[in-house]
Amino acid sequence: MILPVEVMVGAVRGGTSILYAALGETVSERAGVINLGTEGCMLVGALTGYAVTASTGNPWVGVLAGAVAGGLLALVHAILVLSRGANQLATGLVVLFLGLGLTSLFGAAYVGRSINAFKPVGIPGLSSIPGVGDVLFNHDPLTYLSYLAGPAVWWLLYRSRPGLILRAAGERQEVLAAYGHSPLRVRYLAVVAGGALAGIGGAQLSTAYANAWFENMTQGRGFIAVALVIFAAWHPIRAVWGAYLFGAALALSPALQARGYGFNQFALDAIPYVVTIGVLVFLGRRRAHAAPEGLRKVFEMSGT
Amino acid sequence: MGKGWKAAALAAVIGLLGVGCSSNSTSTTSAGGGATATAPGTGGKAVGFIFVGPKDDYGYNQAAYEGSQDVAKAFPNLKVLTAENVPEDDNATRVMEGMINNGAKIIFATSYGHLDPAMKVAAAHPDVVVIQQGNIATGTIPANFGTYFGTVYEPVYLAGIAAGKATKSNKLGYVYAFPISQSIDNINAFQLGAKSVNPAAKTYVVNTSNWCDPGKQAEATNSLLSQGVDVITQHQDCTATVIKTAEAKGAFTVGYHADASALAPKGWLTGSQWKWGPLYVDLVRTTIDGKFTGSKFNANYRVGLKTGDNPFVQSPYGPSVTAETKADIEKARAIIAAKDGSPFKGPVMSQDGKVIFADGMVPSYAAIEDLKVFVDGVVGKLPT
Repeated sequence: MILPVEVMVGAVRGGTSILYAALGETVSERAGVINLGTEGCMLVGALTGYAVTASTGNPWVGVLAGAVAGGLLALVHAILVLSRGANQLATGLVVLFLGLGLTSLFGAAYVGRSINAFKPVGIPGLSSIPGVGDVLFNHDPLTYLSYLAGPAVWWLLYRSRPGLILRAAGERQEVLAAYGHSPLRVRYLAVVAGGALAGIGGAQLSTAYANAWFENMTQGRGFIAVALVIFAAWHPIRAVWGAYLFGAALALSPALQARGYGFNQFALDAIPYVVTIGVLVFLGRRRAHAAPEGLRKVFEMSGT
Repeated sequence: MGKGWKAAALAAVIGLLGVGCSSNSTSTTSAGGGATATAPGTGGKAVGFIFVGPKDDYGYNQAAYEGSQDVAKAFPNLKVLTAENVPEDDNATRVMEGMINNGAKIIFATSYGHLDPAMKVAAAHPDVVVIQQGNIATGTIPANFGTYFGTVYEPVYLAGIAAGKATKSNKLGYVYAFPISQSIDNINAFQLGAKSVNPAAKTYVVNTSNWCDPGKQAEATNSLLSQGVDVITQHQDCTATVIKTAEAKGAFTVGYHADASALAPKGWLTGSQWKWGPLYVDLVRTTIDGKFTGSKFNANYRVGLKTGDNPFVQSPYGPSVTAETKADIEKARAIIAAKDGSPFKGPVMSQDGKVIFADGMVPSYAAIEDLKVFVDGVVGKLPT
C-alpha cells in the first residue's frame, strides 16, 4: 500500500471513534452545554460495549449498551449543570473522573477477556476499487455507520424543526421559551444524545478498532473531540473532517516508521496536536461569531 | 492526568491508613525473623509493591503482581501492600511514603521509570530497602538500594529463531513503546535470533510512545502488516490488541510478558514471559535476614540463562512450530547457557555497518544493556 493511501486508511480507522464523540459534543454544545466529560462518556461506552459484547456475544447489543452508558454519564452532567446550576467546565471534569474511576473499578474483570468483535467487512464491488476501496470500503460496520452519522447530524441540526429548536436553546433560550418550548428539556436531550454518541465512539474503539478493553484506553481522544468541535466552529461536517485530520496525523508516524524512515519521533508524536492547535488558531478568530450564544456565557462566566 | 489524580487519592488513602497505624509502626519488634534492627529493610510489618499499570494487563504488571503474591504466600506474617497505576513521577514517591507509614520496610518499584522516585525514597529512609525493577542505577549505589532484572533478551533471541523459521516474507514486525535499553536489547536479540536461522530475515520496528494505547497499537500493527510483515512481536504493557490484530489478519505472533496463546490459537509461535516469584522471595528473605547490604541485590543485579535462577521462561509453543524449529531453539539455548555463550556473541554489526562486538567476543550483561544502536537487519531508526 502506498504511503498516502495507508495514511488515509489510518485516518478513517483511527478517526472514527473521535468522529462519533465530536458529533456528540457538537450536538451538546449547539444546545449551549459544553461537556468536558466526553472522555469519560467514551470510556464508559468502551467498557460497557466490551462487557456487554462479552456476555451476549453480539457486538451490536454491546454498542447499544455503550450508547446508553455514555448517555447516562452525560445525564449526570446535565443534572448537575442544568438543574443544579453547577459550573459546566468544572462539572465536565468531575464527570470525566467519575467515568475513569467507574471504568477502572468495573473494567478490571474485562482486561484480557476475548469477545466476538466487529470485523472489517469489504463492501462488494466498492472494496476492490484501487485506493478508494481500502480507504473507505474495507472497515467494520460502525465505521460505515459513521459515514452516515455526520450528514445525519447536519440534517438534524440545520434542516429539521427539532434541530432549529435545539440550536435556539443554545442561542436564545428566552425566545424558545416564549414560543412555548422548554429550553431545559431540549438541553437535557442534547446533552444525553451527545453522551450517547461519545459512548458509541468509545465502543467502536473497544469492540472494533482495538478489540480490547484497558483502563483509560481512550488516552485523551475525548478531549481531542471537544477541541475539534471548537476548531470545526460547531459545524458537524467540519468536525468529521477534523476527526479524520487527527486520525491521519496519528497514522503518519507508524506508516513512516514501518517503511524504515527515521524522523524525530517526538516531533512526529506532536504532529496531531500541533495540527489541531494550528488549525484552531488559524480559524479561531475568523469564526468566533460561530459560537452558540449560550456557550459564550459559559466561557465568560468561568473567566471572571 | 487521570492516573495522577488517582494516585494522589490512593496516596492520601494510604497516608490515612498509615496515620491509623502509626502508633505501632514505629515499634521495631521484628515480624520478619531474627534480624538485627539496624540493617536496612529489617523489622518491617509489610512489603510494598508499586506497579505502573493494572495488575491484570496480561503483561508486565500482571507478572510483577503475581510475583508479589508469591511473596505473600512465602511470608505469611508480612503484609503485602500493592498499588496499581502508580505514575512514574512524584506520585510514586508519595505512594511509597504511604507504604512506609503503613509498616513497609521493603519496597519494590517495578516500573522502569520508577527509578528516580525510588532513589529519592531510599535516600530519605535509610532503614528501608528500596529495589527497582528493570532500570540501572548509576554512580555509587546506596546501602539500601538496588536494581534487578532478568536478561530477558535471551528467550527473546530464542523466540526470534521461531520467527525467522516461520516467516514467508522474511519481514518481521516489532511494536515497541520507547527506545529504552530493555526494548533495544530485545529488538536486537530478536533480529539476531531470526537471522541465525534465516539470513534474509529483517525486523521492522514501530514505536508508539505509550505503554498502553490500544488505538496506537492497532495502527502500528496494521502499518507493519501492510508492509508485508507476517510475524509480529511487541514490547508493550498491554498486549492483547497487537496479538488480536495480527491473528485477525492471519499473521504469526510472538508473545512478550505473558502466555497469550489463547488470544492467537492459529498464529501463536512462542514468547518470553516473566516468573518473578523465586527472585522476589529470595530478595525478601535476604533482606529480612539483615543481609541486603553488600549482597548481590545491593547492585544492578542481572540474572539469565547462565546463572540459572531465571525470572523468565519461554512461553508454550503454538501449533505451527515444527520439530525442526524446536530442535534449533534447544540447541541455541544450550549455547547461550554455556560459559562463553551469549545472544550477542560477536561478530555483531550495527545498522550502519560498524562493529559493535568483535568476532568471538562475549559481551557482559552491562555492555549489552548499554547498547544505543540497532543491529544490522533491523529496519527503522531509533528515535532521536
